Amino acid sequence: MSTEVPPPNSEPMLNAAITPELIQKHGITKDEYARIQTILGRDPNLTELGIFSVMWSEHCSYKNSKPLLKLFPNDKKDTSRGYGKVLVKAGEENAGVIDIGDDWAICFKIESHNHPSAIEPFEGAATGVGGIIRDIFTMGARPVALTNSLRFGDLDSKQTKRLFRGVVHGIAHYGNCMGIPNVAGDVYFDSCFEGNPLVNAQCMGLLRHDQIKRGAAKGIGNPVYYVGAATGRDGLGGAAFASRELTEESMEDRPAVQKGDPFMEKLLLEACLEMMAIDGLVVGIQDMGAAGLTCSTCETASRGNTGIEIELDKVPQREKGMNSYETMLSESQERMLVIVQKGREAEIKAVFEKWDLHAAEIGFVTDTGRMVVKQHGKMVVNIPAKKLADEAPIYHRTATAPAYIAEAHKWSPDSLPVPNETFLASALPKLLAEPSIAEKRWVWEQYDHMVMAGTALEPGSDAAVIRLRLDNGKEKLIALANDCNHRYCYLNPYRGGQIALAECMRNLACSGATSLGMTDNLNFGNPNKPEAFYMLKEVVTGMADACKFFDIPVVGGNVSLYNESQQGAIDPTPTVTVAGLVEKREHITKQFLPSANATLILLGGWCHELGGSYYQRIMHKLKTGDAPELDLDKEQKLHSALLQTIKSGKVLAAHDLSEGGLLVAVAEMLFAPDTTFGAELDLTDAPESIRPDVLLYGESQSRAIVATAPENAAVIIATAKSLGIKAHIIGNSLTATDLIVKYSEGSLAWKTTELREVFTQRIPQAMEM
Amino acid sequence: MKVGILQFPGSNCDFDTLHAFADVLGVPASLVWHKETCLDGFSAIVLPGGFSYGDYLRCGAIARFSPVMRALVDFANSGKPVLGICNGFQILCEAGLLPGALVRNAGLEFICKTVNLTVENAGPAFNPQTLGTTSIRLPIAHGEGNYRIDAAGLEQLKANKQILLRYQGSNPNGAIEAIAGIRNVAGNVFGMMPHPERAIESFMPSLDGIPLLKNFLAKSSVAA
Repeated sequence: MSTEVPPPNSEPMLNAAITPELIQKHGITKDEYARIQTILGRDPNLTELGIFSVMWSEHCSYKNSKPLLKLFPNDKKDTSRGYGKVLVKAGEENAGVIDIGDDWAICFKIESHNHPSAIEPFEGAATGVGGIIRDIFTMGARPVALTNSLRFGDLDSKQTKRLFRGVVHGIAHYGNCMGIPNVAGDVYFDSCFEGNPLVNAQCMGLLRHDQIKRGAAKGIGNPVYYVGAATGRDGLGGAAFASRELTEESMEDRPAVQKGDPFMEKLLLEACLEMMAIDGLVVGIQDMGAAGLTCSTCETASRGNTGIEIELDKVPQREKGMNSYETMLSESQERMLVIVQKGREAEIKAVFEKWDLHAAEIGFVTDTGRMVVKQHGKMVVNIPAKKLADEAPIYHRTATAPAYIAEAHKWSPDSLPVPNETFLASALPKLLAEPSIAEKRWVWEQYDHMVMAGTALEPGSDAAVIRLRLDNGKEKLIALANDCNHRYCYLNPYRGGQIALAECMRNLACSGATSLGMTDNLNFGNPNKPEAFYMLKEVVTGMADACKFFDIPVVGGNVSLYNESQQGAIDPTPTVTVAGLVEKREHITKQFLPSANATLILLGGWCHELGGSYYQRIMHKLKTGDAPELDLDKEQKLHSALLQTIKSGKVLAAHDLSEGGLLVAVAEMLFAPDTTFGAELDLTDAPESIRPDVLLYGESQSRAIVATAPENAAVIIATAKSLGIKAHIIGNSLTATDLIVKYSEGSLAWKTTELREVFTQRIPQAMEM
Repeated sequence: MKVGILQFPGSNCDFDTLHAFADVLGVPASLVWHKETCLDGFSAIVLPGGFSYGDYLRCGAIARFSPVMRALVDFANSGKPVLGICNGFQILCEAGLLPGALVRNAGLEFICKTVNLTVENAGPAFNPQTLGTTSIRLPIAHGEGNYRIDAAGLEQLKANKQILLRYQGSNPNGAIEAIAGIRNVAGNVFGMMPHPERAIESFMPSLDGIPLLKNFLAKSSVAA
């Protein structure tokens, strides 16, 4: 039985001879085809070929990135705090799980929907959100927070506006209906993303340790259920589509973009959580995401070291006459596969009936180790499940450093004329109006960021903080932030990857949180091109080294390659989400000043570089130099200084220095939700050897500004210095809306109300209909 | 006697509302599944926010046909207090328990933010004196909160002091006369777009939801 060859398919088209053209059309190489023949001991039929093509696409198999992903630490060394232990590791299941103490845990993961969003921004982004939510609740967790990282071309291009609006509407449509708060994110605009936007959605869930569910098909004879929406022809081969470059013909791939129904997913979520709460009923569960029925059946069998047999006639279908190829490769949304304890079928049916949903028994767990698919009672697919799921080819690609990098590193700010006061004064409003820096309220006010009544620090600050209610009246406070500066990665991929993590952790530290773990979305170009693969390899190596240094486990993530449009490859963009724990409500710290007459202290020293900065981009139209230096040890000490001073109760506000440097950070602190403050800064302490443009706008890392009452400044400075972090008082906040800056060679002044106007109006004005 | 919080397929502020009544106000409260046909034993009913039936057709248009709605109409007609928040307000309008309708926001986009509201003098049960303030701050989160009613209906609302709350400053959704909440003529059915259950704890944008919810309960026999 186990090696039985499927007889001819009832659909004559599917009995076509497997020609080299057909193999190539499925994105399968000659060697890969030979491997398939070896695995099967025969030629595959067309349905089987389709199955291999999606399972062995980059999206499902990570065949080009697996050797690199192994560099990431998936466990935490120091768990002495009573939280932070990794309970489920990356790769073991749909998402990793981290202990947050008191027998509770969080599980989180980020995933891309770049290609679908480029073609159909609304549905592409919406289903991206829907997909990542299913990855989380399939673990047994209730989804409690969403974040996202978005990248678009120039804001003023017509295409960008269409994509930007569509993506934001799509995310809002899905997340708002699900009732999961969308609390944080980042949005950058750069011409390198023209035609190839990035839409990375992250979801975090909350669960008790004993609620963790596995995606394994265990127990021979246990029934396999299909629950949720019916299967249609949408999203056919979406995983394979996502593993190609975008071309003009990509618009013809529209059927590969799925259509989402958040209401169906909300019902599915509630029904699944209710079903999983019944002791011993659910043996295994897995969502049908990329590669749908194919992926969920072979992966659950592989994890369970079992086989699985399903009958397609029993699969709920919303279109008539779907053949086995279409049914197996459909990426229709809002579907789950559930393996139920035999004899308890009535219990699952009762739960799904309550929610007016279907639970269809489509097959059973076997001991053959094979994935057997039948249709009209006849076998159509017979593949060894483990080999299909886990033995995709792995490629060690060639990496070659692009020549521009060495060239860029020769650049020095001294090649620019020393700017006068007028030039320097004109830079700040321009930086604040740069869409990547400007306020993103237009985006996050479209997301319900308050539902679940736990948003303790709303979007717009360094990180979001949500309050999670546990049982017995206890609560946990979790901070989340997303980050990645692609300009740094373009100039120095190793360091750029490290900075993405360091900055994200810095955002958390400024908000009062200790970082727990990271999930990342690696958005890169075509890995078959040695220069693109070099960027991937360097970024991952840099990030992995930083993760090990900071003891931050990677709990999962996603790889999106082939991000190339006709304009070329995108900048390497490894977006990062870090989750952290805030120990007490009093530690939650905002980036905005609560009052005037606060002393502003710069932690981490003066700036000494200008490479890759937004000042360089906006004032000189350059993208060159080296990425800012990063000393991991100093970065860690800065986080300690921030957390220690915040916990002492003496910090009124804290904000990290990033895009735009010192003055942009100060301005953002002055833009409090209900008031606009002013400030008087005296930077004449800085060495005269530092050029004023570098001093004011350079983006040296491992720095933050904290605000404190004047009488507490000395204690904060002493604490920072005792930890090896430089601290300088740079000025104080004012009630008057003036920003006055004195530096060695001159002084500058702005009205903060006017600065705020350009900061807040840039995006809404561009997006006015 | 306790507060019942109706749970429709797609409700998503049901647990938040339960938390507000049970944990913060400390009154007995429980969820009521929409297939229930009897509301005996409840002294106040809340229809929470969310996307009942995915907002398909129109917001609240399908939920009004849920089995529990027949019992709710009887409950309301008996003079017991009913509060609809956001989607709950939309359902009450669709069910005819409140006048008018809620349509797409003027800006066409979903909007989530905290707004200032003027407390109107809506008679003995709801006014600046009973709420202890003329102005409150509450979060809103909706795509269809643009309140509409014909001229005659508006005159009725005013004559009967049925307007509970109005948006201050810029009107976030284009609602007629900036109306954010209303009551029925009898004064026992309340509907509002803002979310009082998101303004009840120290870390939230305000604590103004507490007096509002307490005031609602004062109409019932549930002691807060």
